[in-house]
Amino acid sequence: MPVLDVRDLRTHLITRWGTVKAVDGVSFTVDEGETLGLVGESGSGKSMTCLSILRLAPRPAARIVGGEVRLDGDDLLRKTGREMQRIRGKKIAMILQDPMSSLNPVFSIGMQVKEPLAMHHGLRGRALFSRAVDLLASVGISSPADRLLAFPHQLSGGMRQRVVGAMAISAPPRVLIADEPTTSLDVTIQAQYLRLLKELQQRHRLAMIFVTHNLGIVARVCDRVAVMYAGRIVEAGPVEQIFRAPAHPYTKALLESVPRLGDTREWLTAIDGQPPDLAALPPGCAFAPRCTSVMERCRVDAPPEVIVGEGRTSRCWLSVAPSPPRRDAGLALGSSDGPPRA
Amino acid sequence: MTRFVLTRLAQSLVALAILSVVVFVLARATGDPLHLILPMSATEEDYANARRYLGLDRSYPEQYVTFVARAVTGDFGTSLRARRPVSELIAARLPNSLKLGAFAMGVSLLLAFPLGVMAAVHKGTVVDRAAQVIAVLGQSLPTFWVAIVLIEVVAGRLQWLPAGGVDGITSYILPGFTLGWFVVAGMMRLLRSGMLEVLDSEYVKLARVKGVVEARVVWLHALKNALIPVVTFAGIYFSILVTTAIVVETVFAWPGLGRLAYEAITSRDFPVIQAVVLTTAAIVAVVNLSVDCVYGFIDPRIRYAR
Repeated sequence: MPVLDVRDLRTHLITRWGTVKAVDGVSFTVDEGETLGLVGESGSGKSMTCLSILRLAPRPAARIVGGEVRLDGDDLLRKTGREMQRIRGKKIAMILQDPMSSLNPVFSIGMQVKEPLAMHHGLRGRALFSRAVDLLASVGISSPADRLLAFPHQLSGGMRQRVVGAMAISAPPRVLIADEPTTSLDVTIQAQYLRLLKELQQRHRLAMIFVTHNLGIVARVCDRVAVMYAGRIVEAGPVEQIFRAPAHPYTKALLESVPRLGDTREWLTAIDGQPPDLAALPPGCAFAPRCTSVMERCRVDAPPEVIVGEGRTSRCWLSVAPSPPRRDAGLALGSSDGPPRA
Repeated sequence: MTRFVLTRLAQSLVALAILSVVVFVLARATGDPLHLILPMSATEEDYANARRYLGLDRSYPEQYVTFVARAVTGDFGTSLRARRPVSELIAARLPNSLKLGAFAMGVSLLLAFPLGVMAAVHKGTVVDRAAQVIAVLGQSLPTFWVAIVLIEVVAGRLQWLPAGGVDGITSYILPGFTLGWFVVAGMMRLLRSGMLEVLDSEYVKLARVKGVVEARVVWLHALKNALIPVVTFAGIYFSILVTTAIVVETVFAWPGLGRLAYEAITSRDFPVIQAVVLTTAAIVAVVNLSVDCVYGFIDPRIRYAR
């Protein structure tokens, strides 16, 4: 049984301009020790999906209107608020985007690290202190006892991100959600931090969801990847296969927009057009207006999710009808000339 | 931190010294007090005698030096009108003002905190709107008008509370409310906007992600941050409170420092004006100093920077 099983999750935002389907029927699973990459442009619903899993989507605008979020078989959407509080930070932990601002500036590192330990494990006094010291040491922070007395502004960005990491694994949790945890770090620190996350994941057999728009990072840390567009997963499957032969035109376009060493292209390929306005989606496929392989049908009917291989799905008419597409034959399944691996 | 406190203390002393000159000059600019003290029938000679007797015949610099030399020992001279030592008058009035001020401040804090925080947490709801109305009225209605309306309605028509004077705890309610309302309004708005900003921050999000109980998120994690702007303004609000007290104490016949100031100004009682202004200034300076210390206590970034 997967650790986390999300089925047909739907989160709507009620705004002045109408209902926005921020998460529109998202399904995926994550196994123990597995990393799922959640990829997509800003506004594609990645973060909203993660917050919905924790039932922390910003109220009152956001509302989870359907689906299931099963943690070890138990549906979180049926839990009471109090039960959720005991699950957050204990069973499911999350690392937020910005280490500079995700620690509270007016409380000591010690207070912030000890808080979940005291709350979820009832630790007090010396036991609490030594557990906090151990935690900081386990994420590679030197002289951890002194750091407990420090305040966030006295630590470097990389150090703060380690503290946030330490808090996330303090339980340790079953699921770790990392929401673009390295976007605001220096490249060198990024690499170190990714290594640390991988190591922590292996040590605790965490099921990890890694949200990013950086496909290079996906290739490095993820086992499977789910590509999101306009609140839906448009393609999912093992990283290696998807990078070798993407089934969905959007995935293909994303891969083509990544610069590579030894690239002979003079210009990087950008995806034309803007991400869609979620309050006014086209009737058919949401990607149709930007798709280079668009067909008549795409503008009228939304494509269903189809299985396109072992553990692979795609939401595209091209995958439904493998009859010769009008353009871009390279997209057909099993073709050998997909884009090179990242 | 010690060095910071000492620096601020020195700054306060300099401010008080400058203020002593200003108040000395301004008091004398209001006119000759003898016109108000002596009877209509007084002769030139009576004036000269009185002037010599009160020490007003000497040059301004000379008067100033005497005033300062005595003031540092706590002797502010004798009231021109009451013919009693000024320090005695102040000692009699100051406790009343402090009690009323503390009552007003207490009431405003008790109202401003829940209102401000709840308005931010329940943004856009009835709670928020009601808080906004209170804030707008508090900041726009003139104090003297509020005082008169309260006396007319609550003390006059309804006869629920006394209209003035000090007579038990009930007599604190009307002047205390009038005095505190303005502060409630200002503090509440500061708290609301501060809380809105902080509640939206990543660290509050992280606290929730960690599984912290919502009440603790709001009243500890968020509020301690939202308190920083409020504390910054607390000193300013206190100064406003002191100024407003002159009006409130006068309207409610409250035997405090504010009314003493009003009486002294209308009768050109120089020694009393000087003493009242300097005493209030000293209190404001002390309050501001403690506010600065509290500020450092709340925000470690400031504590360590100093």
